[in-house]
Amino acid sequence: MSWIPVTEQDRREMLAEIGAASVEELFSVIPGELRMRGWNLSPGMAEAALRRHVAGLAGRNAVSPVSFLGGGYYDHFIPAAVDALASRSEFFTAYTPYQPEAAQGTLQAIYEYQSAVCRLTDMECANASLYDGGTAVFEAAVMACRATGRGVVRVHDSVNPVWRGILRTQTANLDVEVADGADPEGAACVIVQNPAFRGDLADFTDLAAACHSAGALLVMAFDPVSLGLLKSPGAMGADIAVAEGQGLGLPLGFGGPYLGVLAARKALIRKMPGRIAAATVDTEGKRGFVLTLQAREQHIRREKANSNICSNQALCALRALIYLCLAGPEGLREVAEACHAKAEYLKARLAARFPVANPGPTFNEFVVRLPIPAERAAALLLERGFLAGLPLAAVGAGGQEELLVAVTETRTRSEMDAFAAALEDACHATDL
Amino acid sequence: MNPESLRFTETHEWIGAEDGGLYAVGISDHAQHELGDVTYVDLPKLGARLDQGAKAAEVESVKAASDIYSPVAGVVAAVNAELDAATELVNQDPYGAGWFFKLKDVDPSALEALMDFDQYKSFCGG
Repeated sequence: MSWIPVTEQDRREMLAEIGAASVEELFSVIPGELRMRGWNLSPGMAEAALRRHVAGLAGRNAVSPVSFLGGGYYDHFIPAAVDALASRSEFFTAYTPYQPEAAQGTLQAIYEYQSAVCRLTDMECANASLYDGGTAVFEAAVMACRATGRGVVRVHDSVNPVWRGILRTQTANLDVEVADGADPEGAACVIVQNPAFRGDLADFTDLAAACHSAGALLVMAFDPVSLGLLKSPGAMGADIAVAEGQGLGLPLGFGGPYLGVLAARKALIRKMPGRIAAATVDTEGKRGFVLTLQAREQHIRREKANSNICSNQALCALRALIYLCLAGPEGLREVAEACHAKAEYLKARLAARFPVANPGPTFNEFVVRLPIPAERAAALLLERGFLAGLPLAAVGAGGQEELLVAVTETRTRSEMDAFAAALEDACHATDL
Repeated sequence: MNPESLRFTETHEWIGAEDGGLYAVGISDHAQHELGDVTYVDLPKLGARLDQGAKAAEVESVKAASDIYSPVAGVVAAVNAELDAATELVNQDPYGAGWFFKLKDVDPSALEALMDFDQYKSFCGG
């Protein structure tokens, strides 16, 4: 097969078709500072020299700080079995397969992932996964618009500000208005998050009822690990539940790959984006798996599809499934209890010196007000081997002195004591 | 309904007058044949005011998903709830039990601009 991506002739024909005189003219809308201006690559290296060079660069990474950094992504323990099973070559694809029914094992894994998500959230159906928590929030918002025929999406202040930004970006050219607040009147949906970005817990059962009497949907972002302890989105009456699934067996990365979880009530299944695996029987009556309800999707419905999502995060969803199967309801409860208990310990320890800004109960994350700017404290703590947390002003979710501190089951008492002492010390030293 | 008494659109909907000023709308036998087995029908809301050519419903089959357009302007006075559980009616009886919705407040003269059965047959290539 010849592989010539674009010939000069192809270029001329395409430019003529869209009415641009040159490639340069076509790209002229892209601001100059964003344009590629030469790659500036150094000459090649021999393999051994390259390895030395890259190992040297990698050695400059700070890979071992003790982390109290959260904000939607958490340093949970990952059992070795997750890596061992998910690394099997049979599962080596990031996607739903292109000839899906030939890959029964992959479809079964996706089907079981969906089933696990439904049990976790007390929702009736789940899709095969989306890119990450932020894009799941966007997909839930436009799903609510499709289901209600309305165009206003109200975002409660509990929602992760980064995810709000993603929602604004992705709706920028759609007929969807993103507004603040929790008033369901005339809205397609109200989007809330529990635990809130700043760590506060809430029961949104009454808001769900208010949404339904106003003809709106309730979209709830949740932390999957927290559901070991907390009331589920389904139990609160949410219509669509979304999450960042990273906490379920996925390592922290600089932006991913992560896992967008989306579940819904069954009445909304035809408005749901993405792929859905289903169980069925073959002509001999044997159990098998298929991709179902594909008429929602882009390869059939083209520009009228529910979403341009036509894949999923198969390998990440598989890791979440393995994690949930290993933990089971009991194990997930124990992880959640450990997160909560340890966070309460650190919160009490820090509260002796710094005011805690959460008015009520929290799960594994809380806000402390420091006597110095939180950015400065985080920089000082990094020198002492700690990721201190998220300075809230950096994401527009709090004041300059507010630090969002997360604790997972992986933190030890001695780490927390050392962290508290280092934070007190850093603030004290800077006071002087 | 007898298809020879109906009017047809180029997008393969039919419309026919009933008693009480109502007009039933469905898809043609040709359309159901082209679509193959219908698996889902999304019907309009009761009371919805539709312009001529407005998207009124959606039909999904094993092969495709298509929009159904209102042949004339009117207000949705009834929808065929049977189709929720028995989408095969669209294939089995497209001009009868497989109707989609009924319109009221229709200007009867609007139907005259649509194709009659013979014109529609030749539109579909005989």
